[in-house]
Amino acid sequence: MLKSLLIILMSSVLVNNYVLTKFLGICPFLGVSKKLDQAAGMGAAVTFVMVVSTAVTWPIQTYVLDKYNLGYLQTIVFILVIAALVQFVEIVLKRYVPALHKSLGVYLPLITTNCAVLGVAINNIKDGYGFAESLVSALGCGLGFLLAMVLFAGVRSRLDSKNTPKCFQGLPITLVAASIVAMSFMGFGGVVDKLFA
Amino acid sequence: MNELLPAIGIAAGFVTVIGLLCAIILVVADKFMAVKEDERVKKVRECLPGANCGACGFTGCDGYAKALIENPGTKTNLCIPGADAVAKQVAAIMGVDAEDVVEQVAYVHCQGDCQHTKKKHDYKGIQTCTAAKLFYGGDGSCTYGCMGYGDCAAVCPKDAICIENGIAHVDPRECIGCGLCAKTCPNHVIALIPDKIKTVVACSNQQKGAVARKNCTSACIGCMKCEKNCPVEAVKVVNFLAQIDYNKCVQCGKCAEVCPAGAIKIADFTGIHNLD
Repeated sequence: MLKSLLIILMSSVLVNNYVLTKFLGICPFLGVSKKLDQAAGMGAAVTFVMVVSTAVTWPIQTYVLDKYNLGYLQTIVFILVIAALVQFVEIVLKRYVPALHKSLGVYLPLITTNCAVLGVAINNIKDGYGFAESLVSALGCGLGFLLAMVLFAGVRSRLDSKNTPKCFQGLPITLVAASIVAMSFMGFGGVVDKLFA
Repeated sequence: MNELLPAIGIAAGFVTVIGLLCAIILVVADKFMAVKEDERVKKVRECLPGANCGACGFTGCDGYAKALIENPGTKTNLCIPGADAVAKQVAAIMGVDAEDVVEQVAYVHCQGDCQHTKKKHDYKGIQTCTAAKLFYGGDGSCTYGCMGYGDCAAVCPKDAICIENGIAHVDPRECIGCGLCAKTCPNHVIALIPDKIKTVVACSNQQKGAVARKNCTSACIGCMKCEKNCPVEAVKVVNFLAQIDYNKCVQCGKCAEVCPAGAIKIADFTGIHNLD
């Protein structure tokens, strides 16, 4: 049991990285990766929201949608629930944990309907995970996002000090760099299964 | 068609119910967990111009509004872009007497443009003043003056600075006196000066007269003529560079008249921020 959870965690961090392998959540990945502290803040916020939204959407899918044969409403219901949930979490944090709200606050509204968050919720159902497995998978995906953000913030700070050809300046060279980082993550394919074999 | 209607009804009804549930939860949460903010913070924030320039010394308009309410000693006249009008409004909200704002404008203390200075070397690196400065102190013959790569123009929130003929120019009508350019300039050529004055030293060169003259034909050569002719001893030559003490200056303009290099100039900003 523990071993399979560990495999899910590691594989969602490294092998099935949401940003670099599945290309979900590219918007915050390119938008907020300019500075390391912002990237880390965004990554932490996404991790937090992924876990919380999985904890809510999994029961909804299992006990409501599947039970009444409403599986086709999955996308719209998940979007609705996640958006409301993030707002709710923001209100709660602001009231009871002001310190956490201060560090995550700016990023929370940005990711209310982030595709990576929705993708995690839907993929967990698609992969047939149980509740605990879903939570671990969501945590892993969030940590993978955080890892990608932090790595890429480092890459971008290097890019800034380089003399890029004019036609590549700005977004083009950023996308090229992102694709190279993504290719390096392909190296993790097949590693995780062997690690715990 | 008739078989479809109930299915559509169920789907629409289900989503509506979920939406309503979420809405109710959010409304209840907002009511019960609302954070009490001092109403004055919001009011003060609305008065401030919202340029987030940081001239007040706080992190932005929000930071200043918060500081005003939370630390009662904070002065109400720190917003330079907002000038007297904002200071009055803020003072009214805080219930204290309004204080005048000393409006300031940024001034480029250099006139070493392409005609007055020469290039020491041909700089091809990253086109910013900070980068150019790292390379043998800049590419201009005068290492004290404006390098003209426009770091100041890039940070100016009002686009009040333009680079013309190799040096920066500030449009005093657009300038809000936030001082971002002064903080950015690696040569400290730009400084904020009160907008009520008339004479400015348009040079930052601290080299000896002959050397300064060789590097820039409009440089202050430290001849002391201004110092001798000033009726109130407001002008002092320090490190071969004239400096005007604006607390003493009576705006007579005599220093500018006698300056042989044209380094002291008459620049009339008077009341430029009070013209409606």
